[in-house]
Amino acid sequence: MSLATASTQPPRGRRRPRPADVAGLGRAGAGVFMAPALALIGLFLIFPALWTIYLGMTDYRLTGLAAADPQFVGLDNYTAVLGDAGFWRSLRLTLVFVLLSGVVGQTLLGFSVAWGLRRLRPWAKSVVETLVLAAWVVPTSVGAFLWLALLDRRDGTLNRILDTPGTAWLIEYPMASIVIFNIWVGTAFSMLLFSSALGAVPPSQLESARMAGASTWQQLRDVVLPNIRGHILTNTLLITLWTFNTFTPYLLTAGGPSGRSEILPVYIYRTAIPGGQLGVGAAISLLMLLINLVIALGYMRLGRERRRR
Amino acid sequence: MTVAPAAGRRTARKFVVRVLFVLAMVVVGFFFALPLAWLVTQPFDATPTMTVSWPDWTLENFSVLAENPYALRSIGNSLVLGLGTIAVVVTLGSLAAYALSRVRVPGRDGLLYALLLLSSVVTGTAAMVPLFQLMVATGLINTQTGVVLALSGGVLPTVIFILKDFMDSIPKSYEESARLYGARPGQILRHVVVPIARPGLAFVAVWALVQVWGNFLLPYILLRSPEAQPAAVIMYTFYTESGQADLSLISAFSLVFSVPVILMYFLVNRRYGFRFHGGIKS
Repeated sequence: MSLATASTQPPRGRRRPRPADVAGLGRAGAGVFMAPALALIGLFLIFPALWTIYLGMTDYRLTGLAAADPQFVGLDNYTAVLGDAGFWRSLRLTLVFVLLSGVVGQTLLGFSVAWGLRRLRPWAKSVVETLVLAAWVVPTSVGAFLWLALLDRRDGTLNRILDTPGTAWLIEYPMASIVIFNIWVGTAFSMLLFSSALGAVPPSQLESARMAGASTWQQLRDVVLPNIRGHILTNTLLITLWTFNTFTPYLLTAGGPSGRSEILPVYIYRTAIPGGQLGVGAAISLLMLLINLVIALGYMRLGRERRRR
Repeated sequence: MTVAPAAGRRTARKFVVRVLFVLAMVVVGFFFALPLAWLVTQPFDATPTMTVSWPDWTLENFSVLAENPYALRSIGNSLVLGLGTIAVVVTLGSLAAYALSRVRVPGRDGLLYALLLLSSVVTGTAAMVPLFQLMVATGLINTQTGVVLALSGGVLPTVIFILKDFMDSIPKSYEESARLYGARPGQILRHVVVPIARPGLAFVAVWALVQVWGNFLLPYILLRSPEAQPAAVIMYTFYTESGQADLSLISAFSLVFSVPVILMYFLVNRRYGFRFHGGIKS
């Protein structure tokens, strides 16, 4: 390839990159190519996000008088939401859920599995990998039913195994159930990401650490972690955002019993659609968007500082 | 004399560590396998229960499934949503990704990251109220088109991100020669770039299908009539709305609903691999 380019192109400085626009698109052409995708994204992603701001300041309802003629109510929805104990409980539950099932559960388990897989025989490796991936690929409503069956009060498999007949796991431990369920569903992503990250760690560095007599723990800390820092950050950012916004636990507990597993997405849904208060729902949505944004910016700042150091 | 016991202790310790390690991996495998065991045993059991047990082999449950009016239609609906989204996303996504990969658009990286961020934030639940209203206002409520468009809008940023990375890695010399022969940008994309980028397109298509196939919330909110619902929602109504859940139906349906997407995923994964590209390293 280098020969071909050398013969067809005039010689130039060797650090200069080749012209990017090989297809002769030009800026205008690029705009035409990008327009349909951007239009769709604008209409169904950016517009709803902006519209949330307006909606949150009205008393819009699903049915009744306020549905036909919504009134502007200013910040009333926000004061109502911020004064509602249900919101704060829901926010607290969400943070616990994200921390335990996303940041700690999926990331740690995903990393451990990715690390462990490297020391298994190929057949064992593909068995474990397939199981973890299958849990991820199975449609969520099927996955949720599999857990309903596993945790069933009367003849769930878990009660059989542990010999604890009649234990209603979803009612007695709703948060623990959805945390473990979410770890089961989502670990595959971290496993895949860390597998490819670990593959990129230079073997020579690990080799010399081993020659110097470093224990597994020391190898992890001094060789592996510095190498995959960027991956850890990307992974944690994505997992945090996904877990924060997931609606799937609704399929398991529907937020119950009496709101004990009502994480924010479920809280919004119950306020907005069955509850009919679209305006209040939008106000909570906007608060959630802002929290998401703060989290994302926090991670990005962390990433930038790490890189600068 | 003093070396031998120390070495022996070291090998003994190594052995214990290895045993503990294998044990831990078995526990992890068991954790992931246990819920899945129900999915592979009970659909074939003559009297399916909630408990995982060795099945009393029969295919009776699948004929129960075939007789249910909603079950098969909902899988058809899922296919419509999945294929529709793939068509929209792959076409628009490759156009945009190609332009972004080959032309230096000002603020390109910022745009990509902002979209990616927004998509992971908004597609969840935060935008469900405005989306619902938008669909009511445009008359797209209760239509498959509306759901396809909403799903595509949410999936597109990630698709563009992945595809751009793929196209960045395609050597540009083919396009240069195609252009020398007078091909226009559209032709170059269709006849030169798309055939080379096929692994990337396949991966993106399957990834989008997995997203859509399991998506519960959007169709749940945007489609009201049970005839239009995809399998993800029908599955949920099967186990919540009837008083006594019909386990013959649910077990067979779960399997039929899961198999296509699992198969496709593993097929594409084996053929093209699941790779993370330069762009995602942040």
